[in-house]
Amino acid sequence: MPGVASREAGVGSKASQVRETILDNGLKVLVQEVHSAPLASVWCWYRVGSRDEGPGLTGVSHWVEHMNFKGTTNIPRDQVKGIIEQFGGSWNGYTWIDQTTYLETASTDALDRMLFIEAERMDRCVYDPGECESERTVIISELQGGENDPEQLLDMEVTATAFKVHPYRHPTIGWQSDLEVMTREDLYGHYKRYYTPANATLVIVGDVETDDVLRRAEREFGAIHSRGTPARRTAIEPRQDAERRVILRKEGNTAYWKAVYHSPAFGDAAFFPLLVADAVLSGGAGLNIWSAGRVSRPQRSSRLYRRLVDGGIASSVHGALLPTAQPFLYSISATVSAERALAAVEDAVLDELDRLMRDGITDPELEKAKAQLRARFVFDMDGVTDIAHQLGYFETIGSWRDALTLGQRLAAVTPAEVLDVVRTVFAPSNRTIGWFEPQAEQCR
Amino acid sequence: MPLKPVRQVLDNGAVVIAEENHTTPAVALVAVVRAGGYDDPVGKEGTAALLARVLDRGTLTRSADAIADDLDGRGASLTVSAGRHQVGVGAACLVEDFPPVLAIAADVLRSPALPEPDIATRRAEILTSIRQEDDDPASVATNRFMEDLYGAHPYARRVRGTAESVAAIDRSDLVAFHERWFGPSALTVVVVGSLPAEVLVEQVAAAFGGWAGSGSRRVLEVPEAEVPAARRLERVAMPDKAQADVAYGFVGVRRLDPRYMAASVMNNALGQYALGGRLGDSIRERQGMAYYVFSSLDGGAGPGPLMVRAGVSADNVDRTITSIDSELSVVVEQGFTEKEIAESRQYMIGAIPRGLETHAGIAGFLLNAELFGLGLDYDQRLPDLIRAVTHDAAMDAARTLLRPDRATVVVAGPEATGQ
Repeated sequence: MPGVASREAGVGSKASQVRETILDNGLKVLVQEVHSAPLASVWCWYRVGSRDEGPGLTGVSHWVEHMNFKGTTNIPRDQVKGIIEQFGGSWNGYTWIDQTTYLETASTDALDRMLFIEAERMDRCVYDPGECESERTVIISELQGGENDPEQLLDMEVTATAFKVHPYRHPTIGWQSDLEVMTREDLYGHYKRYYTPANATLVIVGDVETDDVLRRAEREFGAIHSRGTPARRTAIEPRQDAERRVILRKEGNTAYWKAVYHSPAFGDAAFFPLLVADAVLSGGAGLNIWSAGRVSRPQRSSRLYRRLVDGGIASSVHGALLPTAQPFLYSISATVSAERALAAVEDAVLDELDRLMRDGITDPELEKAKAQLRARFVFDMDGVTDIAHQLGYFETIGSWRDALTLGQRLAAVTPAEVLDVVRTVFAPSNRTIGWFEPQAEQCR
Repeated sequence: MPLKPVRQVLDNGAVVIAEENHTTPAVALVAVVRAGGYDDPVGKEGTAALLARVLDRGTLTRSADAIADDLDGRGASLTVSAGRHQVGVGAACLVEDFPPVLAIAADVLRSPALPEPDIATRRAEILTSIRQEDDDPASVATNRFMEDLYGAHPYARRVRGTAESVAAIDRSDLVAFHERWFGPSALTVVVVGSLPAEVLVEQVAAAFGGWAGSGSRRVLEVPEAEVPAARRLERVAMPDKAQADVAYGFVGVRRLDPRYMAASVMNNALGQYALGGRLGDSIRERQGMAYYVFSSLDGGAGPGPLMVRAGVSADNVDRTITSIDSELSVVVEQGFTEKEIAESRQYMIGAIPRGLETHAGIAGFLLNAELFGLGLDYDQRLPDLIRAVTHDAAMDAARTLLRPDRATVVVAGPEATGQ
């Protein structure tokens, strides 16, 4: 590899480095060359997530994702295992509220194989009835594994309470009562409705040549019939006018506190000011939900960390503002220290929020928050898998170009904008507060 | 694209390794000393872990707040963690911030202040995380498995310690641990970033070169672990939980054991390849019992465990254990197919570049190669080492390690309802 090429790769991503092409059937293809390692990452994104699920069908998008690993017309079930592993590759997928995605990262010589898998997945999955049935218990096991974690249980309860009508209210994995009765036809109908070329974005990033990749993509995907763009479910959540509370009591030994506030969608002008406020409260976090946590957030000097963790009343605290297509929730979560009270944590957090709403942030705090977030946006693009993720993710909630203008939107944030957004978002009537109160063991 | 690391041993004995990489305009750093929870005094388990928690809370010349303000102001990340055989600083920052971040990392390792109030606060944090682990079936199953499997061997001890042992640790224990184990001769620093490797080495040498400290590099000799003579099954009741976790396994092999690579290929075929190898085929794919089932092989300085893990509903626990028994028996009696072993070899070779995708991935690989003396060209030699594992060698490893009649098994979770 010539040294010059690898140096050019050292800038994450620029719009000029990404080639966008739309095939005749409506499939959008994004390609970026990155020659720093002999790898390619292929992601296929669909604009369907748990927000597209109606009553009785919660969890169907995620279950569909599982079924799309179980054989296609041209990939018999017994040949699924190893189809990408034989190239040393990994493959996976995830479903969240706005999107479903699948990925392979492998050596570049697996490129055709990766494209073939995604083309098959888009149009020719089998949904064998026996496989659907067997997967039901796997998914219920996934759900129950999550329920072993009190924080996750509390999050589910608080989210479901914060939303009255918007489908963001139910967990992506679904309610167990729905998972127990959903049918193969429900799954297959959901698949056929949303898995169309015009509802998808294919992203390829890595040690590839753009024109060559586009020819290969056209060969694999070009013949898939266009079936238009499915309408998505939409709902407007009515304004919350009263504080809501949830108290969850269950066996355990640790108390958890959580508050959520209806917050702006990613496309809203108030999103970045709130992201800055989050950085001031609990340290700047990046916007890559795939690699989140790989590089720990800088939070030791943040307001909530100093007040709660250094103050000894909580062993951890963090805020979260996630990029979503429609208004979702800003959350603050804390683990209460042993022998300390939930009420003490709540008083401290609410007091800090009152101070923020009263006085806003200082200029040095603004500069620090921007420096933190600028660095996070670089770490968010560490490697071909992450770059491909970011391009595709933002396409599902807006445009892939948004992934490349995060720094500009951040740079424009002023203290006055931060003050405006915190006064709106942190209004007491806009919050839902959850307590997990551990109950003593009964019969261990 | 082979790695081209530059390695330099400083006059004080510290080892510095640097790799130039331009994927992002950033630098990843790991700096470790070769001592960890394994070296905790008996009755004071958790000393290394608590020390790691307090190490960056102020130095002789920087207050904790000053360190936090400096790092946070740059958006840099710096964490200190303790493992069984290492305590280390990990950091990530933009390339222009590397010299000051490196200076803090060096100061933290060399001259921590270990202030009393911070020791109290961080001890309380650790106690909370121990309680959280005690409420988590997966952690309970794994911790109890290590205790049952290793008995009197030091690997039975938890790096994090227990509520009792952590309560017994005071500042003098932390000071003693630091004085005994932290010194340039025990130090390895690896940096990966978008600067020439020689420049990175120079910067690290400037930060650590003045560290005059303790003497000889120690040779760590972890004793053999006694292999249990009989099968043991323990159930820990956690009635209010939604599902049970199973930990099942055996004493494995050391990283430098000549059989390690064969055991590693065998483990891949058993419980990793695709969705969990043979175990995944049976328990997840055919029987639909678990979201996760896999095996892991922890080949470290000593003989770490070969452990099978699964999360299943309480009603499926016994069926899962029977299935693991029977898959292992089939493997030992009838063997893996030639194809299975070939596929695992091919996967492990092909996966090497993926492990080197990020700065942190490269740094971790080079650190591991240095700690085990595998050589600077290990990324180039590794494919042939994997390729050389024959089907016979993998089967030898299976027959040696997989003994269902002597398995240690722990189940943590709710009782079966009998449905």
